[in-house]
Amino acid sequence: MNTNKFIQQREKAARKWDRLQKSRVPLIYLGSASCGRAAGAMDVLAAVKKTLKDRSLKAKMVHVGCIGPCYLEPLMDVQMPGRPRVSYANVTPELAKRIVVSNLVKGDPMGKLAVGYFDGNGHGKIPGIKRFFDLPMLKPQVRVVLRNCGFIEPEDIDHYIANDGYSGIVKALETGPEKVIAEVEEAGLRGRGGAGFPTFRKWEICRNSPGETKYMICNADEGDPGAFMNRSLIEGDPHAVLEGLLIAAYAIGASHGYIYIRAEYPLAIVRLEKAIGQMREYGFLGKDILGSGFDFDITIKEGAGAFVCGEETALISSIEGKRGMPKSRPPFPAVCGLHGMPTIINNVETLGTLPNIMRNGAEWYSRLGVQGNRGTKTFSLVGKVRRTGLIEVPLGTSLRKIIFDIGGGTLKPFKAVQTGGPSGGCLSEEFLDTPGDYESLAAAGSIMGSGGLIVMDEDTCVVDLARYFLEFTQAESCGKCSPCRVGTRHLVEILKRITRGDAEPDDLIKLQNLGETVKRGSLCGLGQTAPNPVLTTLQYFRPEYLMHVKEKHCEAAVCRELIEYRVVPGKCTGCQRCVDVCPTGAITGPRSEPHNLDPDKCIKCRACYEICRFDAIAGDAIIIRSMRESDEQAN
Amino acid sequence: MTEREYARVFSRYAGEEGDLIPLLQKVQERAGYIPEDAVGRISEFLKLSENRIYGVASFYSQFRFTEPGRHSIKICLGTACHVSGGQILADAVERDLGITDGQTTEDGRFDFRRVACLGCCALAPVVQIDDVIHSRVTVIRFKEILDEYK
Repeated sequence: MNTNKFIQQREKAARKWDRLQKSRVPLIYLGSASCGRAAGAMDVLAAVKKTLKDRSLKAKMVHVGCIGPCYLEPLMDVQMPGRPRVSYANVTPELAKRIVVSNLVKGDPMGKLAVGYFDGNGHGKIPGIKRFFDLPMLKPQVRVVLRNCGFIEPEDIDHYIANDGYSGIVKALETGPEKVIAEVEEAGLRGRGGAGFPTFRKWEICRNSPGETKYMICNADEGDPGAFMNRSLIEGDPHAVLEGLLIAAYAIGASHGYIYIRAEYPLAIVRLEKAIGQMREYGFLGKDILGSGFDFDITIKEGAGAFVCGEETALISSIEGKRGMPKSRPPFPAVCGLHGMPTIINNVETLGTLPNIMRNGAEWYSRLGVQGNRGTKTFSLVGKVRRTGLIEVPLGTSLRKIIFDIGGGTLKPFKAVQTGGPSGGCLSEEFLDTPGDYESLAAAGSIMGSGGLIVMDEDTCVVDLARYFLEFTQAESCGKCSPCRVGTRHLVEILKRITRGDAEPDDLIKLQNLGETVKRGSLCGLGQTAPNPVLTTLQYFRPEYLMHVKEKHCEAAVCRELIEYRVVPGKCTGCQRCVDVCPTGAITGPRSEPHNLDPDKCIKCRACYEICRFDAIAGDAIIIRSMRESDEQAN
Repeated sequence: MTEREYARVFSRYAGEEGDLIPLLQKVQERAGYIPEDAVGRISEFLKLSENRIYGVASFYSQFRFTEPGRHSIKICLGTACHVSGGQILADAVERDLGITDGQTTEDGRFDFRRVACLGCCALAPVVQIDDVIHSRVTVIRFKEILDEYK
């Protein structure tokens, strides 16, 4: 093996990185991953460029990935020469202009507006501004996989190399594949895609299986609705995932790799393509990598939109150009996978963890987390929580800590949290102290899953949520086995009856029995876990189901057939904003007098409710409530 | 797509079974959908039956078989968007534009897809029009956004 070239590359990268940190022109960092863009980062970018041009100011733009607190997006940071990088949140184009002028012209970092500064570049601190990583959302986190996200330019391989990138694969090539597997075993890494199978064991089986060609696949088909950890990691630090793929491929003896990624993530795909090109250029792909005799190349395969393709055998069928239908196992893909050859499929986060383990050693990694659940896990913390975003915590961190300390809790009273997406369960308040590890979540009837955490408050109806998940899995069921194909359909029908207020008490028993049958009888993970949202909500939120069935009452005021829109006469000022937006003419009334809402004409489109809150004088004169409440009033 | 365009697309592939999905994606990228004649041409090129090709294409939600509109509306109905009112936005499209999932308006202005998740969950509910993702969309704001696309 010959590492001379790599040492040179690393020195060159370090110099480049150092020049950036000690830049003599101001640096303007912009989080421009998909979520930052959705929040308006591109408009901010245009405003910054215009301000620089108009004022003839000099600055360098640094495009970084997502740093995590999505609720603060768009985030823009300014680093003046010799000073630390200061971060500003919820930046609008106007605000961006003020920030640029204040920093670059007046030398004033606007301490009151700044959310935090970063002390990573040795430039001390700024009085009156907090450390970014001391913010309540960041402080409890431990960033291993996400360490580079928001700091390096994802499209520049030198930034990655300067931050210890590719030293993991170099170490792996030096120690040999058996040692790599042993290291991952000692680290205690388990698959981060959801099931938590020990990574080393899967690898060992594959390594020891006979086959001329072996394949290594990265599963980036992040199909769980409500989860975006993998997208953020790829957009923010693509080389970490690619280095992980190299390490895994080397360990199992694979010569070709695939990245199976959702077509819905165009930016992530572009970043991967660029990164793969850079790897080729630097000699991390191709024949005889770093003179070690290890040959490897990577192909990107875009998924075409099928949730079931997250299942290993279905994913393989899809790469082979077939319908993405699962097969019964054994044989497992590690023995007989793609084109009948031994194949390993690892999740993006699993791969993103590997360089860290190789670089810092198993002992370091196993200090994180708890017994049997080592390391960290990323979660996408979303829903009705104050601070939404992408987070990373040691395994075993309680849901309470995640939702309340990191997420800042809910605005309205907390009701439930869904872990594991459509395959997971909905847990009530009594489970908040459950440690976030694979076994504890499974014991509660849910799963760890890939890391989607959807928080719900009292405005969420859990019956509606169960119906939503089942409609999703029913639509995504591939149809191969009847327990899943027919079972999920009937589960949806029963749930629809309940949310419409047409159900009989008997339906709850049917729901339970059918759910258990689908779970037991289905061929693959999709069907085996599909009933989880129903079964857990039935168990932990039974009174809410009973209210829908017996009283035709939806407490959260969500289920369409059970709710109504009302004008509160005492509050309505008669400003007529709602009359203007009502598409069916259901609201009438002269100006300055309380309006009348005709329930027969109302289609419950919510336009009046919103306009009253955002644009009208009264602000809360239109309410949505369960019909039962009006019956009670009438009596 | 013309004969020559097909030839150009095909020239990039070896003609193996595994090329089927990438080929369909390329055709859709160029034509905006999978035209009827594409199935026959791909069938000849890959030496797979038309039945197989249609079977695969119809399995995956990405592929559409009708011509798209000038602008594509995607309403995200991922979990976070669902609990934040994504369905109400989907209802608004169906009501105001008179099209359901997978259809195109008569004037060819918009087509509409319900999608499972765009991965911007922290900014829910989100709507994607062409390549732009709009975040925290309300019914009223959505109407204004649509008016911007003629």
